[in-house]
Formats: sequence, C-alpha cells, structure tokens
Amino acid sequence: MKPPSFAYARPGSLAEAFDLLERHGEDAKVLAGGQSLIATLNMRLSSPAVLVDVTGIPGLAGIAAAKDKVRIGALTTHRAVERSAEIGATLPLLAQAARHIAHVAIRNVGTFGGSLAMADPAAEWPACCVALDAELVLASRAGERRVKARTFFRGLYETDLKPGELVTAVEIPVPGKDHRASFMELARRVGDYAIVGVAALARAGAGKSGKALTDVRLAYLGVGPTPMLATQAMAAAEGKPAADAAAAAQAALDRDLKPTADLHTSAAAKMHLARVLTGRALAALAA
Amino acid sequence: MEHTLETTITVNGTRVTRRVSARQHLVDFLREELGLTGAHYGCEHGVCGACTVRVDGEIVRGCLMLAVQANGRTVDTIEGLSDSGEIAGLQAAFHRRNALQCGFCTPGMLMAAQDLARTRPDATREEIREHMSGNYCRCTGYHAIVDAVEDALKQSAQTGGKR
Ligand SMILES: Cc1cc2nc3c(=O)[nH]c(=O)nc-3n(C[C@H](O)[C@H](O)[C@H](O)COP(=O)(O)OP(=O)(O)OC[C@H]3O[C@@H](n4cnc5c(N)ncnc54)[C@H](O)[C@@H]3O)c2cc1C
Ligand code: FES
Ligand code: FES
Repeated sequence: MKPPSFAYARPGSLAEAFDLLERHGEDAKVLAGGQSLIATLNMRLSSPAVLVDVTGIPGLAGIAAAKDKVRIGALTTHRAVERSAEIGATLPLLAQAARHIAHVAIRNVGTFGGSLAMADPAAEWPACCVALDAELVLASRAGERRVKARTFFRGLYETDLKPGELVTAVEIPVPGKDHRASFMELARRVGDYAIVGVAALARAGAGKSGKALTDVRLAYLGVGPTPMLATQAMAAAEGKPAADAAAAAQAALDRDLKPTADLHTSAAAKMHLARVLTGRALAALAA
Repeated sequence: MEHTLETTITVNGTRVTRRVSARQHLVDFLREELGLTGAHYGCEHGVCGACTVRVDGEIVRGCLMLAVQANGRTVDTIEGLSDSGEIAGLQAAFHRRNALQCGFCTPGMLMAAQDLARTRPDATREEIREHMSGNYCRCTGYHAIVDAVEDALKQSAQTGGKR
C-alpha cells in the first residue's frame, strides 16, 4: 500500500532536529534508514504527520575504535558494521551477527541506532549490545545522557527513549584478548527475523579438564519481549569446561526465559531450540 | 511544513529534477515520473525484492525508500544496467538456464545477482542462495535462477571478469 500523506524535513544539525521534534511532538517520527518505519507506513500501521529525516545530521555515522572501546554512530548502516575490519578485529560478535540481519539490500540502508530504537525482540543488534554490556548515548535539547543496553529495553518495542530524544551513538567495551564470541540463530529462511538466537561471549582459558569458560555471557533474541540476558544460565556455566558448562546452562535456562509462542513456533519448541543453541554456542566458544 | 519537495536524482546517468510528494516511493518516482517500469512492486513492504534498484552503487529496496530520500543521489535501474551491457552475461545465463517464467521477479533478481558478481565473484552455490534469499520468485522454484547465477559467475571468471 501507499502511506498516507505526510510532511518531510531533513534537518542539518541536532539543534534543528530537536526544534522540529519539539514543535511537532507526537505528530513527528524520526526517520533513519526507514527499513522498519517505511514498511509500517506502507502498511498504515503508523501515520505520522511529519517525518524528521536525521540522515543529514553530520557526525552521526561511522565507527571509531579506541583501545578498550568502540563507538558506533547511530546512523552507521548494518552493512558498514558487517564490512568493517575494525569491528571484525575488536567485536567479532557483531561481525558474526550482521549477516543474519535481513538481506543485503536492507542492510545497505538500515542503521545500528534505528535497530536499537525500534527494539524488535527478535533483532540481532539489541541482543549483541546486551551481551557486550554496551552503553547508548542519547541526546535531546536537555543535553546528553547515557543508558546501559541492559536497562534501555523496557518491553515489547518499548525503550527508555524520551519524546524528543535521539540515539546518537553506542559505545561498546572491547572484551579481553582471550574472549571468544559466538552468534547463532535459527530462522525459517536466511534473512528472516530469528525464531530464536543467542549472542554468547566467554573467556576460554586452560582449566583442569580442558578449557574452562569464565565471564560467560548469554543474551537471547526471539524468546521474550526484549533481548534476554540469561543470568541464571550464565552463573551455572561459569568456570566450567565447555561440555559441563553447556549442560549446566541448559538446565538453568528455564529460570531465565519464559518464551511465548509466535505464529509458527510453540513456547515449548522455542525453549527447546534455545537450549540447542546454548549447547552449540558454548561448544563454539571453547573450540 | 512541506508535503512536496523539489528533488534532483541522477537516474541512469541523467540528472532529473521534479517536485514530488514526500510520500512518493522511489519506485513510483521511477515508474510514474520517468516511465521506467523495470522495478516492480510485489509486496510494497520490503519482503520480496522485486523493487530492487541501486542507490549510490548499492542495492536497496525501492519500496522502502522515499524519492525525497534519494535527493542528490545516483540511482541505477535495470534499464540502465541492461542498456550499458553491464549485466549482459547474467541476462544470457538467465536465458540459457530458463531462469524466468513470468519474468516479474527478474529485474530484482538481476540487480541482486549483479551485486554479488561485483562483491563476491567467487561465491559458492550456498553463498549464491544466501545472497538471493531476499528475492522472491513465484514461478521457477529458484533452482534455475541459482543455476544461472552460478553459470554467469563461472563464465565471467573464465573470461577474466570481462563481460
Ligand atoms: C523484510 C525485512 C526483514 C528484516 N529483517 C530483520 C532482521 O532479521 N533483523 C533485524 O534486526 N532487523 C530486520 N529488519 C529491520 C531492519 O534491520 C531495520 O533497518 C531496523 O530495524 C531499523 O533501522 P532503520 O535505520 O531502518 O530505522 P527506521 O526504520 O528509520 O526507524 C525505526 C524506528 O526507530 C526510530 N529511530 C530510528 N533511528 C533513531 C534514532 N537515531 N534515535 C531515535 N529514534 C530512532 C524511528 O523513529 C522508528 O520508530 C528487517 C526489515 C525488513 C523490511
Ligand atoms: S516491493 Fe519492495 S520488497 Fe517487495
Ligand atoms: S519468474 Fe515469475 S515470479 Fe519469478
């Protein structure tokens, strides 16, 4: 379908964008890549009076890697993250996850910040940011504030963003040298939203009986209203060699996740698949 | 606030300026303003790939981009790629391998396949399938399309990438 009529503005600075958002309040919608928003306009699920296209604001795109932290500008496309050598070297979790996001033609346009603001519970970047303990940089007329990804996602498509506020960047601490990352998901078709996925990280060090996993982090997508950090499963796996870690995490997982059925997959099947992915991901971390 | 905006886009090498409604999709701009009907609408919400065009050299969904968002940018359509000969090898392979029946999906398929040819000319069959997974075809069952793309990539490798 065609979207209903709206006005369009492309501010050239943050200040101008804040003006527009303030002036139009609830009637305005921020437009970044548009790969979620324009689809919802076309389906007439949303009908804002004004689109504020933020892609003309300088300084909001790009990847800057420092020693212990990587900063990803909100307007950085999924594709730019996928292709970045710096991301490949410092945050392999993101490099692995990128190819699961939609298709190349959508990754060329959709943005990192847009995905976080959208907060789809089956999206890849939110779960990665939770696993990596990323911090979002939010800006509004009142100034800048920082929110941990682990508290930013409030509910289904619901975030801590206030009216008139923009995501401007995400800062991600770089895990240590002996950390490993594994991103896995199951989808009906390459590029579809995940049925279940996991963003896993751990340090793989020498233990008594093979490699022991420490600083284990497991964040799931597609199994709750938000990305889910599985703290019980993480604690259960902590310090154990991979095989034991997997069994312990799998046993603890139903204390973390209470998936609900979607159109194609029952809650029980989702739980089963989450356990299967947990086993595979922890094995990959120790491999 | 403006509901219509003056928009300048370089389409297949030619600069065009029109006053367009903000809600107009890039594909409607191409089809209705310029008569370029190669990019099709299948789903109009990003799922089928029939609307694939290139913006600043990268493939995008023409139904998920507004014409005003393409202001100041370069757009290439199937008509441009066909006329320049850029996809002649792919077109011949689609013909040879019967990779189209009704042809509705074909412009989008060719745009996506050419993107792969440019970025990963050594793609395996599995990688071809993954790359083309964003394009729906309701006729062929995909097998012939994958055959054609594989053929074209092999042939262009043999001829040293020359088309
Ligand atoms: C067919 C299809 C399949 C897809 N599959 C997947 C998938 O498998 N995984 C996945 O993760 N995504 C998927 N997507 C969505 C895609 O990744 C989007 O790019 C992403 O969700 C939103 O980013 P965007 O830049 O396109 O945002 P937009 O569509 O422009 O905006 C999305 C929402 O976020 C708000 N917003 C955007 N940027 C900001 C900002 N900087 N500050 C504040 N608010 C902002 C907008 O107001 C809007 O409400 C798919 C999309 C399609 C069409
Ligand atoms: S018409 Fe654009 S993806 Fe289907
Ligand atoms: S040939 Fe008919 S849709 Fe593909």
